[in-house]
Amino acid sequence: MPVPRCSGPCGGVRPAALRRPRTGGAVCRSCFCNAFEAEVLSTLQTGRLLPPGAVVAVGASGGKDSTVLAHVLRALDARHGLALDLHLVAVDEGIGGYRDAALAAVRRQAGRWRLPLTVVAYADLFGGWTMDEVARRAAQEPGRARACCTFCGVLRRRALEEGAQRVGATHIVTGHNADDMAETVLMNFLRGDSGRLARGGTLGSPGEGGALPRCRPLQFASQKEIVLYAHFQELDYFSEECVYAPEAFRGHVRDLLKALEAARPSVVLDLVHSAERLALAPAARPPPPGACTRCGALSSRSLCQACALLDGLNRGRPRLAIGKGRKGLGEEGEKQSCTSKDSSGGPSRAGAIQAF
Amino acid sequence: MKCKEGLPVLIIRAGDAFCKDCFKAYYVHKFRAMLGKNRLVFPGEKVLLAWSGGPSSSSMIWQVQEGLSRESAKRLRFVPGIIYIDEGAVCGQSPEERAKTVVEMKLILQTIAFPYHIVSLEEVFNLPTSVLQPVSQGPRGFENTYKEAVDGFIQQQQQQQQRAPEEGGGEAVLSDEQIQEKLRQLSTQDPVGQEEVAGDSLPRPAQTTALMTLFSSVKTLTAREELLQTLRAHLILHVARVQGYTKVMLGDSCTRLAIKLMTNLALGRGAFLAWDTGFSDDRHGDVVMLRPMRDYTLKEIAFYNRMFGVPSVFTPAIDTKAPEKASIHRLMESFILRLQAQFPSTISTVYRTSEKLVKAPRNGDAAGAATARCLLCMCALDIDSTDSATAFGAQTLERLAQKLSPAPVLPTGAPGRPCCTKGTRLQPGCCRDTRPSSEREEPRASFIEQLCYSCRVNMKDVPFLEPFPPYILMESQCRSQRAWEKQEVQEFLFEESEEEALHPLGFSPQF
Repeated sequence: MPVPRCSGPCGGVRPAALRRPRTGGAVCRSCFCNAFEAEVLSTLQTGRLLPPGAVVAVGASGGKDSTVLAHVLRALDARHGLALDLHLVAVDEGIGGYRDAALAAVRRQAGRWRLPLTVVAYADLFGGWTMDEVARRAAQEPGRARACCTFCGVLRRRALEEGAQRVGATHIVTGHNADDMAETVLMNFLRGDSGRLARGGTLGSPGEGGALPRCRPLQFASQKEIVLYAHFQELDYFSEECVYAPEAFRGHVRDLLKALEAARPSVVLDLVHSAERLALAPAARPPPPGACTRCGALSSRSLCQACALLDGLNRGRPRLAIGKGRKGLGEEGEKQSCTSKDSSGGPSRAGAIQAF
Repeated sequence: MKCKEGLPVLIIRAGDAFCKDCFKAYYVHKFRAMLGKNRLVFPGEKVLLAWSGGPSSSSMIWQVQEGLSRESAKRLRFVPGIIYIDEGAVCGQSPEERAKTVVEMKLILQTIAFPYHIVSLEEVFNLPTSVLQPVSQGPRGFENTYKEAVDGFIQQQQQQQQRAPEEGGGEAVLSDEQIQEKLRQLSTQDPVGQEEVAGDSLPRPAQTTALMTLFSSVKTLTAREELLQTLRAHLILHVARVQGYTKVMLGDSCTRLAIKLMTNLALGRGAFLAWDTGFSDDRHGDVVMLRPMRDYTLKEIAFYNRMFGVPSVFTPAIDTKAPEKASIHRLMESFILRLQAQFPSTISTVYRTSEKLVKAPRNGDAAGAATARCLLCMCALDIDSTDSATAFGAQTLERLAQKLSPAPVLPTGAPGRPCCTKGTRLQPGCCRDTRPSSEREEPRASFIEQLCYSCRVNMKDVPFLEPFPPYILMESQCRSQRAWEKQEVQEFLFEESEEEALHPLGFSPQF
């Protein structure tokens, strides 16, 4: 079967190299890369996400999303003079056999692109707790799921914030793509997390209290296109999944999303559109944020979630800050606070990566 | 266990054991509480019950019947009617099978003794365009009005009792007599009513063919399912309006609504979830759709129907026997049911979250009556072309980039063609020129413009506009004509004042 000519702006000069997943149009390599970069630029510009002169901390995990993000930001900065000062911030959760290999990839990238790299480790930041330790602790608790992802997500954001402060950043960017956003909105409904739904999923958070503004330049890019882009640009990234991923609740939703995409290719953006337009009762919104009494970070309660989780871990009750039972938080003493809802609250607790 | 004396026969929700009587009391109480809490059904009001033959709607009708009967304490006070829509044509049933189903339905309907209307889906080809025009209702203070209405009703009853004491007998209140009389009248009128909507006899073959053409031209099962729901809603609305019903009760259960919510998320209907899955759906203005069964899980309904012998008829639906991956509806249904088996709180969690949804535009911008409504689903349009920092904006950009290259260079400003270059923001009004012209693409482009996001996505699977029922096409033309007229005189108009904003459709420039 003859390869069709490119239908992009080059006017068919080159043969098509791929078919764009969403629109189905056949384009050549350079038209695709240009289009992809243009779309990211458009997201940045129309959302006014990164003003000129911003010091940007790029959350780099070594995976495809953050690799593509760093590469595109670098290219756009060079080409369009966005005047961005890019720094790579990598987080070491202490997951053996996974994170060390990923970090090696990040180091290679930092060397290749000549971007300053900062690595923040959980063990240093959170009093010796690594994810492997947390997983061991959480597994001892009777309960349906391990809830590792809950810990990891909360602590990682804290660590990212810390790393960004260290390099003097004004903005944090992460590589969340449209598929992530779609999965998140589905998960929030399944968990009943009206607070997060009400916060308004897209366009990141403007940064309140002491927290830095965060955004996701890739949020309208589909995962498939990110992979294609990385392939065509021959980017070096780390592609294995986290050791704890198979138990995560997000896995269910991810499989659903894949099946939905087969039935209707535009479903990812349709979900993002739905998330943008949700209207929740004002009572469902979380209270205006204050500061954590322990570490001073942004928090809507007296203790920020990171401190609350660590508190639970340190006291030998890992599920303390997870779920509805919050009695005993910030206090000394042995009070039984695991409510009956907790044991059946599988989907609410495990594998929930916070939306911003 | 509540009464601690009867034998438990049923366990709901892992931990609640019920004996037969307690279960019945619990079930009936839920129905009453749902109606009573929302206070939307006024005494003496005519309510249309939508019956599909399935367990949920059958249970609903049974509850209404029991609630209206004299023996029950605190009788329900409205005037019911039943509508059954025969969708056999699109579900692949032959005329003989459809006739057989209708006969079965009638057997049950006759035992219920409410007036009923049997309408076939082919009737959509006879609908008027008024179906698509929302009737704006003046603001009502619900609390006061409901209380006043109930008080007024009770007063009326008492007055009538005093006026003609010899007719009353013990408990029998004249209002009840009136209700029964009304039912009898409606029943005798019924054959006439049926003929009006051509329910009794099977529809004309030409209409059946037209319907089949429409549905077979739709490429995906997802879009077909959505189209069916739209047409069904329009038909029910029309029958309700014609027969004077001001409320419609739909039999959606908690389980189905949870699935519907997630499905609608995936279809891009996040803005309208409160209307699609809430208790009351007032998008049509004069006729309000209610969902009194929304608190019951399918399990409860199934057990109740079995234990108390509620009759129901099985009819195949459009996606019966379709493979699991065939449509978004199917996928979501199997996903939620599977997840529910693993995490038993899934459906109730989704239900609780859905209760927190409100019917408001997200940023509280334009007033409800002033914004345009989608042509098909009648919800306020949720597309903001000026805001490109959204999913819709990103898609528009992709489409423009796609469209520009293969087509030859066209003069800018030509109606219906993109006139902005790749990468620039979409200027309002440039590619949305709805000037009527003789070009073939034009009706489709202006049709699409009148739809909300999810209806637009559905239309991608519908290649031709012609098979649509005439009322939709006519209304679309009418709206685009009106929009063009308005654009023509735009420069001469002052800003719309408050009163004008309340009646946009009543205002048409006279030439």
